[in-house]
Amino acid sequence: MFSKTIAQLSQGLQNGDFSSREITQEYLNRIASVDGQFNSYISITADQAMAQAETADQMIASGKAAPMTGVPIAHKDIFCTKGVRTSAGSKMLDNFISPYNATIIEKFNAIGSVSLGKTNMDEFAMGSSNENSYYGPAINPWGENRVPGGSSGGSAVAVAAQLAAGATGTDTGGSIRQPCALTNLSGIKPTYGRVSRFGMIAFASSLDQAGPMTKTAEDAAMMLNVMAGFDPKDSTSAEKPTSDYTASLNQPLKGLKIGLPKEFFSEDLNPQIAAKIQAALKEYQALGAELKEISLPNTALSIPAYYIIAPAEASSNLSRFDGVKFGHRCENPQNIEDMYKRSRGEGFGHEVKRRILVGTYALSEGFYDAYYKKAQQIRRLIQQDYINALEEVDVIMGPTTPQPAFKIGEKTSDPIDMYMEDIYTLSLNLAGLPGMSIPCGQADDLPIGLQIIGNYFAEERLLNVAHMFQQATDWHKTTAPGL
Amino acid sequence: MEWEAVIGLEIHAQLATKTKIFSGASTAFGAQANTQACAIDLALPGTLPVFNKQALEMAVMFGTAIDAEIGKTSVFDRKNYFYPDSPKGYQTSQLFYPIVGQGELDINLQDGSTKRIGVTRAHLEEDAGKSLHEKFADMSGIDLNRAGTPLLEIVSDPDMRSAEEAVAYAKKIHSIVTSIGICDGNMAEGSFRVDCNVSVRYKGESEFGNRTETKNINSFRFIEKAIKGEIIRQIEILEDGGSITQETRLYDAEKDETRSMRSKEEANDYRYFPCPDLLPIVIEDEYIEKIRNNLPELPDARKQRFIEQYQLSNNDAATLSSNKDLAAYYENVAQDCNDNKLAANWMLGEFSKVLNQHDLSIEQSPVDAQGFALLLKRIKDDTISASGAKKVFEAMWNNEGNADQIIEAKGLKQVSDTGAIEAIVSEVIAKSDKQVQQYIAAEPEKRGKMLGFFMGQIMKASGGKANPGQVQSVLKPMLDAMCD
Repeated sequence: MFSKTIAQLSQGLQNGDFSSREITQEYLNRIASVDGQFNSYISITADQAMAQAETADQMIASGKAAPMTGVPIAHKDIFCTKGVRTSAGSKMLDNFISPYNATIIEKFNAIGSVSLGKTNMDEFAMGSSNENSYYGPAINPWGENRVPGGSSGGSAVAVAAQLAAGATGTDTGGSIRQPCALTNLSGIKPTYGRVSRFGMIAFASSLDQAGPMTKTAEDAAMMLNVMAGFDPKDSTSAEKPTSDYTASLNQPLKGLKIGLPKEFFSEDLNPQIAAKIQAALKEYQALGAELKEISLPNTALSIPAYYIIAPAEASSNLSRFDGVKFGHRCENPQNIEDMYKRSRGEGFGHEVKRRILVGTYALSEGFYDAYYKKAQQIRRLIQQDYINALEEVDVIMGPTTPQPAFKIGEKTSDPIDMYMEDIYTLSLNLAGLPGMSIPCGQADDLPIGLQIIGNYFAEERLLNVAHMFQQATDWHKTTAPGL
Repeated sequence: MEWEAVIGLEIHAQLATKTKIFSGASTAFGAQANTQACAIDLALPGTLPVFNKQALEMAVMFGTAIDAEIGKTSVFDRKNYFYPDSPKGYQTSQLFYPIVGQGELDINLQDGSTKRIGVTRAHLEEDAGKSLHEKFADMSGIDLNRAGTPLLEIVSDPDMRSAEEAVAYAKKIHSIVTSIGICDGNMAEGSFRVDCNVSVRYKGESEFGNRTETKNINSFRFIEKAIKGEIIRQIEILEDGGSITQETRLYDAEKDETRSMRSKEEANDYRYFPCPDLLPIVIEDEYIEKIRNNLPELPDARKQRFIEQYQLSNNDAATLSSNKDLAAYYENVAQDCNDNKLAANWMLGEFSKVLNQHDLSIEQSPVDAQGFALLLKRIKDDTISASGAKKVFEAMWNNEGNADQIIEAKGLKQVSDTGAIEAIVSEVIAKSDKQVQQYIAAEPEKRGKMLGFFMGQIMKASGGKANPGQVQSVLKPMLDAMCD
């Protein structure tokens, strides 16, 4: 049962092979018995899950079911969930019970999906290994002491370790795609503005985007069907109609033009990954696609530009955590300044503080032009690179990460080394483009991700390109050893 | 060398929108603390702002009212600073691309002249909440009802040279924003707050001196006092060989003085950057023109109309047209009593005096326009004298009835019966032998001035009821007859 995809569970629920209550209970039992070793959940909402499952069963019985009705999934603990602790992986919000639902939570609730709980994550989505969580790291089921990537590490582990049928994640610089690559999942970061950010705790507002993390591209399409769409509560969400993302999954790829940025295939790339990406590209050729070398000349600037813009926005977004209204407040504050300093000093972890400092500095008087403004100019250059490239090709492909899952503790002392983990992913967030990661093989028994990048609002095409590969290969079907 | 003050004002006008600038919560004043603050106003994690289009419309109305450039693309920026009543830790404002650019207006000075003052810009921003320091032992309370109320911050050029000019400018802005209905103008409730930037220099110098900013003044009288005091303070320091510290000051109305709040060194680095949660506001020419064409009558146009339609003097027209409600009241009274001049005199005289004494605005007056017009009609048709009318007005103010009822009840009806008046005049003349002899002895051209004594005595004898015009027409011939 746990190896079933969302599509299979959906079919089984519609056919009456099992009830939502049955599968929800089984998932809850499995979480209770094995999540101790994976630490993928911060909060398990068993009672609510069973109540939702009951509602779902009624919807199914009365013929009001949607494809995701009754399917047990998990949500990254960055989405505000009414009546449930929403921590963002931080001590700062360990005591925060959200009084309202994020828009995507509302959407899943409305169609009767079941939420098993809230998943582990790097604090405020800042990190690439899930080691920055106040609740401890989530553990990658693919290798002993391996990180699952981050920041949506808990969501990745929950799905990869079969503790949820699918999960939501958020991606500010690669936080959906990189953990999917490291745990053999399929995940999509939609176009900026495709999914509402309302109720999603902000890291970097102009880069954050929510998306699904699943076993297959088809499952991702099913979840995205629920998540996508204009939200009047989010001014940056796109007032553009959505597609049925499952509609053209099986469209043949004959004539598909795939661009290969030479900057993504440099000598820094792990040779085993390079080989697997090449093998995947051959598979695409076999499916009728054409390959073309392209150039994204400003790729090397994406990390410095990103690490100005994202911390600058974060430094402002995280100012509301001041001990006054909600979240952690220090004991016995002597005055307001003491309360600010100690509440924030105690509530935030190292990486969050580092980024607040960097962002505050970058926005300071006298430095704004040299840092923030310059970074925004670079951002436009990077965006233009992609726009130019996507005039020549339909999609762009390359590796998701420079290497497979690394060991816990391996990079924690070197933040720059950790930031390099997102070298291939974060330029997309700067450009606002959609991108996917799908499994394409293994290196030393650890999963490798193929990244597929498309034009603005080309999610339907990306999912189709990913799905056709999964119809021709079995990499996505491999599960972690011991499951 | 003569000193000259250089003054610029920043005015925060609360926009009269139903809901807040970035949330659907009500902006009504005076509700119980934190009952008008929704998740967005509380800055709960994950919440996002949605821009209130009514605030945009009002800002553009103001821009067209002062003939300013309107920013076709304006952008919200975040002004970052920590303060407990600023729930997000930043204020959403507009620094780089404001909605309203350079504009100008004419202020009316007391000598009847006007002066053109530049408006640098006006931008949209959100108000903060309030810190409450009472009632909480060792702690402060926070009321976020006001947080997110839309403000239009109107920044003047440093064009004013005296407290009088500054007050005239503030009054003009007040008059415009209330006339076009974008602000209720209620200064006591904080709907219209003024920051005064003041510096001094020797007359004829082109450089500005170091300036101070005195924040959040909420009455025209305090603006005048604060600026006057600040000018004197700065001149004294400079004449003693000192220098002016660039700083933010607070006006203490009780002590009538400004005092330092924070210096430039202590000032925040606000780390402005464009708010990534809000899209730039892009507006079309048609939108601006539609608003321009539908703009309510502006104070200057109304003043001109008052001069033409009601034959008022420039100053009377300026005062009566300055406030939308006052102007409407005047028009009702003038049309109802059918005497524009009488209506103007009474409204600018007795009526304004009593309103000021009670610190009431025109719409709070217990006497409505129709009732007031009836009083003026009774003056016009000689039913009551001017002094009698003041008594009637006082009684009307105290809700003792309408003018006719009060005249009747108090027996204030004027005596216009010639026989009765002649009797009183004769009686007073008979009792005033000494004054009569002086009158007779005086040069004929000086006699006119001596009538006052007799008038006073006659009015007194009649209990104020004698018609003064008729008394005059009877008195002088009688006295003059005695001189022959």
